[in-house]
Amino acid sequence: MIPLVDVRHLSRVFDVSKPWLNRVLERLPRARLTAVSDVSFNIEERQVYALVGESGSGKSTIGRMVVGLLPPSEGHVQIGGIDLETERDPRKIAEARGSIQMIFQDPYASLNPRWRVGDIIVEPVAARGEDTYGLAERLLEQVGLSAADVSKYPHEFSGGQRQRICIARALSSQPRLIVCDEPTSALDVSVQAQVLNLMSDLQEDLGLTYLFITHDLAVVQHMADRIGVLYLGRLVEEADAASLFENPRHPYTQMLFNAAPRMDAFGREVEPPKGEIPDPINPPTGCAFHPRCPIATPICTEKRPELRKIGEGRVSCHLVSA
Amino acid sequence: MPQSSSVLAIRDLVVEIPTRAGLVRPVNGVSYDIFEGEILGVVGESGAGKSMAGNAVIGLLDPPARIANGVIRLNGERIDALNRAEMRHVRGKRIGMVFQDPLTSLNPLLRIGDQLTETIRAHLPLNAGAARDRAVAALQEVGIPAAAERLDSYPHEFSGGMRQRVVIALALCAEPSLLIADEPTTALDVSVQAQIIALLKRLCRERGMAVMLVTHDMGVIAEAADRVAVMYAGSLAEIGPVADVLTHPNHPYTEGLMGSTPLASKGKSRLNQIPGAMPRPGNLPQGCAFHPRCSRAAPACRNFAPQPMRMGPQHSVACHFPLVEQPEEALQ
Repeated sequence: MIPLVDVRHLSRVFDVSKPWLNRVLERLPRARLTAVSDVSFNIEERQVYALVGESGSGKSTIGRMVVGLLPPSEGHVQIGGIDLETERDPRKIAEARGSIQMIFQDPYASLNPRWRVGDIIVEPVAARGEDTYGLAERLLEQVGLSAADVSKYPHEFSGGQRQRICIARALSSQPRLIVCDEPTSALDVSVQAQVLNLMSDLQEDLGLTYLFITHDLAVVQHMADRIGVLYLGRLVEEADAASLFENPRHPYTQMLFNAAPRMDAFGREVEPPKGEIPDPINPPTGCAFHPRCPIATPICTEKRPELRKIGEGRVSCHLVSA
Repeated sequence: MPQSSSVLAIRDLVVEIPTRAGLVRPVNGVSYDIFEGEILGVVGESGAGKSMAGNAVIGLLDPPARIANGVIRLNGERIDALNRAEMRHVRGKRIGMVFQDPLTSLNPLLRIGDQLTETIRAHLPLNAGAARDRAVAALQEVGIPAAAERLDSYPHEFSGGMRQRVVIALALCAEPSLLIADEPTTALDVSVQAQIIALLKRLCRERGMAVMLVTHDMGVIAEAADRVAVMYAGSLAEIGPVADVLTHPNHPYTEGLMGSTPLASKGKSRLNQIPGAMPRPGNLPQGCAFHPRCSRAAPACRNFAPQPMRMGPQHSVACHFPLVEQPEEALQ
């Protein structure tokens, strides 16, 4: 079976140099920030694939490249066999674009305050010049709001309701893939539960595929079928959700899981992780995790580990063996 | 279990805000104690009044919000009726504060050494040299490497986690007996969050300081707190030892909150959601504020606000029909 999303050797470099004059006067070199470095993964149809990582791990940058908001520096993304960067057939491009939608983190910033909710929701369809009669009403009811809400403005809704509107907008063009970038991070726990339940139901009913981007391991464990763990722009481990949580192999994954708060952790004394994420402009040589790794050896400082198949998953570490 | 004396005692605290639509009470009759060497977690969703209660304690309510009723005692002494000058001596000296965003808590134009020595000399009778030594000691205590050199750095030269450590050092440099930490780890990554929680626990244990940890994150509460107070719509729904409250919640809201937390429910089952959303402070329902969302609501809940009932030695719950396995004889 062809995967719905095929990401190959994806890299993205940002130029974060100071302006030309400063560089000359202060004798500074150009500065390049490698946000994503050689990341490859597949997402099967109807799968929930989660990318987890801390800030600066490149998870949002990957999301933006998958939907085509940002061109990759190297590598390519194919959605249903179509590469948006190189495809020349306008019909295929339109079709691929329509099949990808995105839900953003902040439901306050991602809705135009001057538009009525009905117009916001049908915009992806209206932009293609298609008929939108009754569409907004149907979608609002599908996401648990009332059809009468079409003529309201976003400020009349709470955060959770706004995120439902964002979901309705994403559904309007009947996408196959929805990229969800921290969709519940701005919401309260009880509202987060409502939104996560809605997203699970919609996925089942409509056969959707999600690329779920989050830092919240609890949400990942709840939602994901397959998980990719990112560190400093690199994929360090990928496995099925169950086996990853049962048996994390990469030392970074182990550290992350150990650091995450647990509900049964009363009086637990944990050794907190050492150090912080290094500067992505000057990443460490070899394995990017070696300065914080409890089991690092000399080879880790010299050679960047390949992502190797171990068990059913993939791990990028010199010292992990099957 | 804290047998020690109560550092902070809040009784029947009411915070009022006059608005055009009438008086709004974001905090409506809250009572709790925090004991020496104890971390009390105050948890609730946005708008529950958890931060407002903390701000009332340190006298940082933005006018026109004001304390309308109740008593706040710090080490037995009333601090709710102090004037501004007196409150300045309490704030910083006897109560330390840590806020959510470490970047906005620090002045970007001053070296962190200057910010620390300024605070130290405002509260302690020390000369500049001694204050500087104390600043170095404070930074070392919160785990900042090469503390003496870092005194001359500006806040932007620190990472988020290091900045939050500086803010904690700032809060602790006058050795307060109470620390109020308002969402101290919300802006931080998981691994840094674990470091800051470990730091707070260590400082609390070593100094016998009382800590009020205000957060929305049940996981942080489970990791850090000794006791937990669950707030809903300005009132205390439930308060008790953290293990009791999280594993055997007595209030339907606490139970719903635990069910909504993906951490607690294993695997891909549906989350146990609470219908609806929390009412706004100006628009509270009659009786128990939770009854429109409660599956156990009965006519009594619509008419009478429940009073706190003791469920155990330190455990009390404000509900007419608390969840209990066997009805306890402690029901008053």
